[in-house]
Amino acid sequence: MKLSSKFSGFVLAFLCSSLTLAADKLSVVASFSVLGDITKELGGDKIALTTLVGPNQDSHVYSPTPFDVQTLAKSDVMVINGLSFEGWITRLEQSSGFKGLRVVASKGADIIEFNEEHHEEEHDDEEYEKNEHEKHQQSAAHKDQDEHSHGDQDPHAWHSLANIRVYINNISAALITADAANKDYYQVKRQAYLAKVDALGKRLAAKVATVPVAQRQVIISHDAFGYLGRDYHFSFLAPVGLNTQMKPSAADVALLIRQVKAQNIKALFVENVSDDRLIKQIGRETGAKLGGHLYSDALSAKNEPAATYLKMMEYNIDTLIDELQKVL
Amino acid sequence: MIDLVLSPFIEFEFMQRALFGCLLLSINGSLIGVFLLLKRMSLSGDAIAHAILPGAATGYFFAGLNVLAMSVGGLIAGVLVAFLSGITARKTNTSEDSALASYYLCSLALGVLIISMKGGSVDLLHVLFGSILALDNDTLYLLYFNSALCLLGFCCCYRFLVMDCSDSVFFKGLSKYSGYSHYLFLFLLVFNLVAGFHALGTLMAVGVTVLPAATAKYWSNRIEGMLLIAFVVAVVGALLGLLSSYYFRLPSSSAIVLWLGVFFLLSVLLGTQGGVLRLVERKAKLNEEIL
Repeated sequence: MKLSSKFSGFVLAFLCSSLTLAADKLSVVASFSVLGDITKELGGDKIALTTLVGPNQDSHVYSPTPFDVQTLAKSDVMVINGLSFEGWITRLEQSSGFKGLRVVASKGADIIEFNEEHHEEEHDDEEYEKNEHEKHQQSAAHKDQDEHSHGDQDPHAWHSLANIRVYINNISAALITADAANKDYYQVKRQAYLAKVDALGKRLAAKVATVPVAQRQVIISHDAFGYLGRDYHFSFLAPVGLNTQMKPSAADVALLIRQVKAQNIKALFVENVSDDRLIKQIGRETGAKLGGHLYSDALSAKNEPAATYLKMMEYNIDTLIDELQKVL
Repeated sequence: MIDLVLSPFIEFEFMQRALFGCLLLSINGSLIGVFLLLKRMSLSGDAIAHAILPGAATGYFFAGLNVLAMSVGGLIAGVLVAFLSGITARKTNTSEDSALASYYLCSLALGVLIISMKGGSVDLLHVLFGSILALDNDTLYLLYFNSALCLLGFCCCYRFLVMDCSDSVFFKGLSKYSGYSHYLFLFLLVFNLVAGFHALGTLMAVGVTVLPAATAKYWSNRIEGMLLIAFVVAVVGALLGLLSSYYFRLPSSSAIVLWLGVFFLLSVLLGTQGGVLRLVERKAKLNEEIL
């Protein structure tokens, strides 16, 4: 399998480079705004980029337009997240007759596996242990995963700066495969971006350290921050499960309210693509404060605070920590 | 036992709000549902749900997630569709249901067009249609207003509506007000549904309107009796639904509607007005008499 994919990679590279001679730029399609931004950073002005699901839009409920299908059909490289995040991509790929190179950006990243009820009643140390345990399990399991996994893995892997290094390497490698003539350019871009990621990582770690682990408890409208929780030992509680389409039951909401009261959680957050009425109700009932928007599945518009991936990570951590410091 | 029923409502404010919302919706739901049933328009609830989409979507884009703006937009679209189909059915050569079906399809298509032009893929249904578990003050005010309007409307025009439902041709010959009472009813229907969608979601709003009325028809052949039974059924169903959502982790709207469905099925079997059991009994009796 590895061999054949490599071989097809070479063939594609050959095909694509002949194509790009005509179009001058490598044409790349990214599935959603976060990948779009990363790809733009890595490809610079050597690629012509199209992002399917734009800023402030929900990838879970995206439906492709004819224009998207056309764009994909003509493109050389398609960047997707994988891990069942883009449920619609297989259909779109088939109907468009896409023949380019497909990159699963999360391939080889350190993925959170769901064992049942993963977001409930966990204490910090317990959670920490569980995460450590998960890490060991995953290092064996993650090697052969691709987007065909059946939703038992948390797809929001880009919320981990460690994982984003894997994303960067995957995407950059694909650009080089597809457009070998500009190899040096892509290498330079990759190094520069990795350096930015490292610098941000250091800054965020220092910022998070200002709030004790026991205080890092937050309610959020959509359970998309498992990776942020793992990396920085936050515990995120959400009334709706992982997916924006699930309907909460009265039992879920009641459980959450009890927990907020029992553990004296003070900070509530909503996410940019989901309905915030339920979170507001929980806030009214418990006296916890609404702390602001976090960005999870999509970047913000250009004039808002999370227009690029790095800005999003920075903004999320800043918002979380500032709010937690306020209520401490 | 009583403790099991009461404790969730005592402990949690959102449960109180949910029950209260259901109560308000049950009042007008049963009123409107019974008349819908009598006018043979029970399916129009679903049609209107789709018809309000372009208006509600337009409201959303101008004012964001604002109950008032979305409701006003939805109301305008819904009323437009209802009135157009009412006028078309009464004045030209088509029936109410086919007119409504045609107009709501156009309206739905327009709604999808607006959404895809401006917003892309924010889940508008998710945003537009609320959840019974998250009733905020604005939404509760909307429901109050809706109930008040509905009761007022029915108080003023109850006789006209009854006449119109039982024999509209006769009523047409008798009074020039027959058309107006029909349009008033359509307006109340749309208003009730729009308020219900934003507060509780489509499933709940239509379910609480249609199912209790259909159930009540099996137990009474008088309109007053049907209204009372429909109201009681709606409230009991809502209570049981909320409790099962609380104790068994079921999505609350589905739980409530399914309880109403259970009442309906039981009534189909056991109802004193044309239930299965009664029909079998009567047939047996008839056979006996013939022999």
